[in-house]
Amino acid sequence: MAKIWTLVEHRNGAIDSISWETLAMARQLADKSGGSVTAVILGDGVGDFAQTAFHYGADDAIVVDDPSLKDYRLETYSATLTALAQEHQPDVFLLGASDKGREIAPAVAAKLGVGLASDVLSLDMDGDKLVATRPVLVGNLVATITFGDAKPQMASLRRRVFPALEPDTARNGNVTQANVAGITPVTEVVGFEAAEGEVSLNDASIIVSGGRGVGGPEGFPTVKALADVLGGALGASRAAVDAGWIPYKHQVGQTGKTVQPDLYIACGISGAIQHLAGMKTSKVIVAINKDPEAPIFKYAKYGIVGDLFKYVPALTEAFKAELGK
Amino acid sequence: MKAIVLMKQTPDTAQLSASMDGLKLMAEGGPRIVNPWDEYAIETGITLAEDHGGEAVILTMGKPEATEAIKTGLAMGCKGATLLTDDAFENSDSLATARILTAAINQMGDYDIILAGKSAIDGDTAQTAVQVAALLGVPYLGYVAKIEAVDFDAKTITVVRAIDGGRETVTSPLPAVVSVLKEIGEPRYPSFMGIRKAAKAKIPEMGLADLGLSADEVGAAGSQAQWLQVTLPPAQESTLEVIEGEPEEAAKILVQKLLAEKVI
Repeated sequence: MAKIWTLVEHRNGAIDSISWETLAMARQLADKSGGSVTAVILGDGVGDFAQTAFHYGADDAIVVDDPSLKDYRLETYSATLTALAQEHQPDVFLLGASDKGREIAPAVAAKLGVGLASDVLSLDMDGDKLVATRPVLVGNLVATITFGDAKPQMASLRRRVFPALEPDTARNGNVTQANVAGITPVTEVVGFEAAEGEVSLNDASIIVSGGRGVGGPEGFPTVKALADVLGGALGASRAAVDAGWIPYKHQVGQTGKTVQPDLYIACGISGAIQHLAGMKTSKVIVAINKDPEAPIFKYAKYGIVGDLFKYVPALTEAFKAELGK
Repeated sequence: MKAIVLMKQTPDTAQLSASMDGLKLMAEGGPRIVNPWDEYAIETGITLAEDHGGEAVILTMGKPEATEAIKTGLAMGCKGATLLTDDAFENSDSLATARILTAAINQMGDYDIILAGKSAIDGDTAQTAVQVAALLGVPYLGYVAKIEAVDFDAKTITVVRAIDGGRETVTSPLPAVVSVLKEIGEPRYPSFMGIRKAAKAKIPEMGLADLGLSADEVGAAGSQAQWLQVTLPPAQESTLEVIEGEPEEAAKILVQKLLAEKVI
């Protein structure tokens, strides 16, 4: 009877979809092991989220609703989750491998002295033991992780790998109210600059990226126009970032972001191993490159050998016509 | 000012090729390197030392050959280093590693800041630095793109964190563990003089007994997460379909193919 916990993450009053992806996996493990799923919700004015969590597969919820949790702070979140876990003794605790999840999970695991697998690609239960697979060596290897006897066994789940369940509004559950850990946060958020009007690489289902073949900063609007018409995010190779053509936040690859969109369109990117590490598990890869020998074509499902400045604008126009934009 | 830079030696993924897959690279790959993310932490430490006086020192857990990577860090400008090495440390998970690093930090006297890279490219857990902060009981600042202000006398730091959804400015007391991104600044190349000096450097080593840890706190015995096996990722189908034709024609074909894939 495994007690499985998941963390419901949110930002600016909206629940991060990674929470439902994580919850769906928790549901699957609970059904297999005859266990239960508890959604853990921390924040200020987040009471309504519990009902939504039931719709997405949770059996019950623990809610800590407190003004001190308004701004996410690692120290308050990790201390509260640690105290809750010590009190309720879950067997498994799953989080999304978001920016937050990837720092909350290790902090809580350290305080509880338990095992953690981060950024996992698959999860299963073998008896009462969690078994996880996760990428290592920037996606060039997959490690299978097993856990010792300490509970909870913890994992953070890679975004866009585990499909969320369809919400079932007939589902309901019990809500337990709990208190925030009595600590005074020492860090303080003094400013936040939202990345508005921009699709982030982490969330994007479509990414259009430019590399050395873009030729300079003046080439990127051509690539961005295609991303915009598709409602996708703009990516870049390290070569383009290091040349100063585009800011670092767009970098995909070993020292940038690892992404897994449904569609990845690589424009003028040769496909260095460090770039491939960050995007090769995308569902469909399209490569547009002058060089027919470019390694990127080995990973692409569709390829165009030619000048990106001719083919990318043509694609943008064709999509505009097709999508009625 | 004293900065401790957590650094790991890793395989060099640039050596991956048709004849050198990930398994081979991990087991026997050629020269190992400073973990690429850690170069930014080293750069940050050296820059802080230049701007505020004091020094940046390297702390590494690894096998004896990790001295090569440490010497790269010294040649860049770090003033000292300690290698934590012991057969008992083999197969430590991130928390056991954090325990070992924390025990060493607690013996290093006063420090102002601990710097780390975002993750190590081999294990890719991005867990160890957070866990060091948790065990030390000091604040952790992750995804740091910029140090906005730092006052080592008042013991405060203000940083910009590049996170999902935007950029957050946070102030924190020091000491703290700060994990930096590439945006913090390009790492410098080792100087010629630096390389010569580093080549002669003797790197002090510490083992289990020196750190006052017991064997069941480290290595496989002290780890709650273990690698059962490591394999190559499933082979990807590489059925490239080249779309031919003039731009307008090729674009129309590709659009229809992608609509049929249901990825738009």
